[in-house]
Amino acid sequence: MLSAQVREKNSELVSGRDCLEMIRTKKFTWLILACILVAFAAGCKKKPPPAPPPPPPPPAPKAEVAPAKPVVSTFSAQPSSIQRGQSSTLRWNVSGADSVSIDNGIGVVSASGTRSVSPSSSTTYTLTARNAGGATTSQASVSVSDPPPPPPPPVQPKATVSLDERLRTEVADIYFDYDKYDVREDARSVLSRNSDALKRILADFPNASISVEGHCDERGSAEYNLGLGDRRSTSAKEFLTQLGVAGDRLRTISFGKEKPQCSDANEDCYQKNRRVHFSAGQ
Amino acid sequence: MNKKHIFLILAALCAAVVTLVAQTDMVLRIMKSGELAVIAVPDFRGSGEAQQFMGTFNATLFQDLQDSGNFRMAPKSMYPLQVPQRAQDWRPPTGTPPRSQGPWLTDWSNPPVSANYLPIGYTGVQNGQMVLFGFFYNVTQPDLANAQVFNKLYLAPLTEEGSRKLAHDFAADILSRLGVQTLAGSKIYFTSTRGGGKEIWGMDHDGANQKQVTRLGSTTSFASASADGTRLAFTTFAKGNPSIMIYSLETMRQLPFYNQRASLNATPSFSPDGKQVIFSSTAAGGAAQLYTCNVDGAGLKRVTFSNAIDIEPKFNPKNPREMVFVSGRGGPPQIYKMNIDGTDIVRLTSGEGDAVNPSWHPDGQFIAFSWTRGFAPGNYNLFIMDVATKEITQLTHGAGRNENPSWAPDGRHLVFSSNRSGSTQVWTMLADGKQTRQLTTQGRNENPVWSK
Repeated sequence: MLSAQVREKNSELVSGRDCLEMIRTKKFTWLILACILVAFAAGCKKKPPPAPPPPPPPPAPKAEVAPAKPVVSTFSAQPSSIQRGQSSTLRWNVSGADSVSIDNGIGVVSASGTRSVSPSSSTTYTLTARNAGGATTSQASVSVSDPPPPPPPPVQPKATVSLDERLRTEVADIYFDYDKYDVREDARSVLSRNSDALKRILADFPNASISVEGHCDERGSAEYNLGLGDRRSTSAKEFLTQLGVAGDRLRTISFGKEKPQCSDANEDCYQKNRRVHFSAGQ
Repeated sequence: MNKKHIFLILAALCAAVVTLVAQTDMVLRIMKSGELAVIAVPDFRGSGEAQQFMGTFNATLFQDLQDSGNFRMAPKSMYPLQVPQRAQDWRPPTGTPPRSQGPWLTDWSNPPVSANYLPIGYTGVQNGQMVLFGFFYNVTQPDLANAQVFNKLYLAPLTEEGSRKLAHDFAADILSRLGVQTLAGSKIYFTSTRGGGKEIWGMDHDGANQKQVTRLGSTTSFASASADGTRLAFTTFAKGNPSIMIYSLETMRQLPFYNQRASLNATPSFSPDGKQVIFSSTAAGGAAQLYTCNVDGAGLKRVTFSNAIDIEPKFNPKNPREMVFVSGRGGPPQIYKMNIDGTDIVRLTSGEGDAVNPSWHPDGQFIAFSWTRGFAPGNYNLFIMDVATKEITQLTHGAGRNENPSWAPDGRHLVFSSNRSGSTQVWTMLADGKQTRQLTTQGRNENPVWSK
């Protein structure tokens, strides 16, 4: 059934195209005439009843009788609702008036016209048309809505608290054992607190990335410590990523033993140097 | 004390003696000499303008001959009073029994000097140049014709540097006539803090001519030279994360090298033919692993597949299919040997302490390295090992922290860093642990590498 209908439509389309082709070739001019006739016939199928005769002319006004009030045939505001700062067009058409005026500071206007208005709040305009017979008023309203708020300005780091400062005060170093890069028990709780702080800081500095620096104490070889510092920074980053910190904004870098915190040759100092430190990324 | 105890003590003594003999044997093989020849090196004099530089000349000549490790230096206090300055000054004894007519070879070959060899000569000024007339004798020969090994004229600018060059050239000729490879012309590259930050510097084998190579204003270290001495590969923080850079030593310019996208690309060294670089990288994520690539960084191939830190790879200079490196795969860092195709992995060090900084001897049979065995972490001593037998000899014994040994082209000397003098400085010594000499003083100086 369905396919049959489709085919039928297709055949109609085809016949239409054929018809055009015939027109173009002018071969079947008579067919066009026939078509037109058919069209007329179709158009005239349901003829309306004949128009009633025009009403008799109104009686001539009597001189002593006051003239009819002016007629305001249109008074509109297009569009009728705007956002603040946009404009609307008042359009009016008055007949039989000696004077036409619109309030709200527009004043006297001609009998028909347009005026662009840009009210700052919802306003109802009143058109007053006068003649000797009196005044006719008409109203048009323009409702004004507040525009949506502008997009918030890009977040700038607060001048008073820099990224470095935030990292220094809110994100703590974590410490490791000699030649080890697994996250110690004490470092786990520090990293959990760091993860919250880092999420806040990354939200406040949406364009910043943070360096996760791996450092080592001076005892291992400088070469091996490069590899060890890299493992430490990767361990810290993986731990933080597990806690939901955006991994793509944490950059690991190993300084090996090239940037010690402390240079004494004792375990206190060694421990201070076996660390992961967080700094503003380049 | 019962018999059992005595037996144990005897056994221990035997073992100690065997070890000592074995160690001595390895050092001797490296030094390639049993008894050292004795050389007397009298001070030369200069005529006119040349005399002002003779202090430098005499010290340099003495140092070069002593540093070669090929001689025992005869004590100067025992030298004869009459020192000849040229061939014409010799006076053979005459008469029966022979009576001395003046300076003669036996003055030097007999006790107390007991020398085998003697260089003599003098300097003067010719056409504004400093000129050296040098003569070299084997004083154990019976007559002058046989005793004179060579005589030669040398020219150099009339400056202190010129006098040093004359001495180096004369010493080099003496050593080459005796079949000893000379170190003259060889360079030592190292990391120095003297200008702030860490930059690579270069100097002559004796510490002269110290010159800055890199000016990257960062931390730059771990230099490694190509076998032909024309290029230097190193690690720098100049671009943020540690990355590899290669310099031409002929133009002192950077050569193109593509670094892998990784948190770490470090410790590069060249293949013996200079066409490949082997290095450590975190390109695959995880711990730093070893890779090879072409000298421009293309053609990357992964070499190690461990989940531990692998770093400091060095191709065997005589066998590019073999290399040594440092790995944490067994716990603390130790030295491993492996074929470049990943087969035959052998741990060379015992697993005790931290063993790092392997450096191949030019003959590809021995390595030198740093080890904390028997000491607290961080207290490295230098060792040498016969790679085939894993036999080791300890060269330093707790004199500060001794690291990064690197063999001289002659295979008899080592350069290394040590803090034995209070701060970390570059030192050289012979492979038997003798003739230690401090080459640097300004700032901290470390990670030396000896290049052709």
